[in-house]
Amino acid sequence: MQRRKLLGYGAAGIAALGGTLLAGWWQVDGPGAPEPTGPRPLSLSAMEFRLTDHEGNAVGPETLAGRASMVFFGFTYCPDVCPTTLSDISGWLDAMGEDAAAIDVVFITVDPARDTVAAMAEYVGNFHPAIRGWTGTPDEIARAAEGFRATFEKVPTDGGDYTMNHTASVFLFDAGGRFASTIDYHEPREFAVPKIRRAMQDKTGGTT
Amino acid sequence: MNVARKSLIATAVIIAGFAGTAMAQEPTVVVEDAWSRASIGMNRPGAAYMTVRNTGEETEILTGLRTDLAMMPEIHLSSTNDQGVSSMSPAGEIEIAPGEAIALEPGGLHAMLMRLQRPMVKGETFSLTLVFADGGEVTVEVPILDIAARGPEN
Repeated sequence: MQRRKLLGYGAAGIAALGGTLLAGWWQVDGPGAPEPTGPRPLSLSAMEFRLTDHEGNAVGPETLAGRASMVFFGFTYCPDVCPTTLSDISGWLDAMGEDAAAIDVVFITVDPARDTVAAMAEYVGNFHPAIRGWTGTPDEIARAAEGFRATFEKVPTDGGDYTMNHTASVFLFDAGGRFASTIDYHEPREFAVPKIRRAMQDKTGGTT
Repeated sequence: MNVARKSLIATAVIIAGFAGTAMAQEPTVVVEDAWSRASIGMNRPGAAYMTVRNTGEETEILTGLRTDLAMMPEIHLSSTNDQGVSSMSPAGEIEIAPGEAIALEPGGLHAMLMRLQRPMVKGETFSLTLVFADGGEVTVEVPILDIAARGPEN
């Protein structure tokens, strides 16, 4: 009897340990793992920046209030990662059909010296019509990036040109302007589209 | 492997590209699924993608690119770190072991076409020559797809 009880405790202990390990795996390596990105962006309502969209309208974080939104950073002189991100996003929006009309999609340049309003207009026009291009002064771009906790850096290349290193993740916000989740660079459509739909349904503010 | 032999292979690849079939005669380097995106004007660099397969018995070292489309064609590598920050840098020489292939694809290795000499127009093609360490060369005709293309099929 005594011995059986001990065995019982032992089994319970092992089960508890197993549960703990499982929970640990879930959080560290499993589907519950944090996304491999930097700190979380602020809420849109806590950000302050003034930019200009590709049609010349004054815009800022308040432009995105009231609707879910998807924001990412890049530059139009980027031959590989940025067109790939824009194509990926266009594909996600195409997959959402008419629902795509209910989300704001913004591409903020980290290279305002070359990405003027006109340059942004000629560029974003080649992708899904929901995608807006925002540019502005270097100071305002820096303030915007800070709010999203995005980073960028100018890197000289051979021949006197330069390229930009930059955060390539896509940030999702719910209609209340609260950060909902991140879509990593080149994340497959079957993961990206449900995340977008979740951000669009979330009226109360998400956690992940 | 000598230069003349690679030239023959290059011709075969071009013909294969037009005919849509593989008709190589024991090729040592074969380029498959080449594609690129249309450019907006000539100011921005372009990019081209393909698979480079070494079907020979010796390691091949891809050292550079040449094309009349761009003054500075180089193989670059895009990478994204654990903070989600992506960067791009020249890839240098690339070894391809016998029987292996390297993939130039979005978000990784790509042929970066700097200093375009003319716009990359959707529906057209351009010649791109891959230069190897032993002096051999392979030339491919690269189709120019839509600016929003995601792969060789669209």
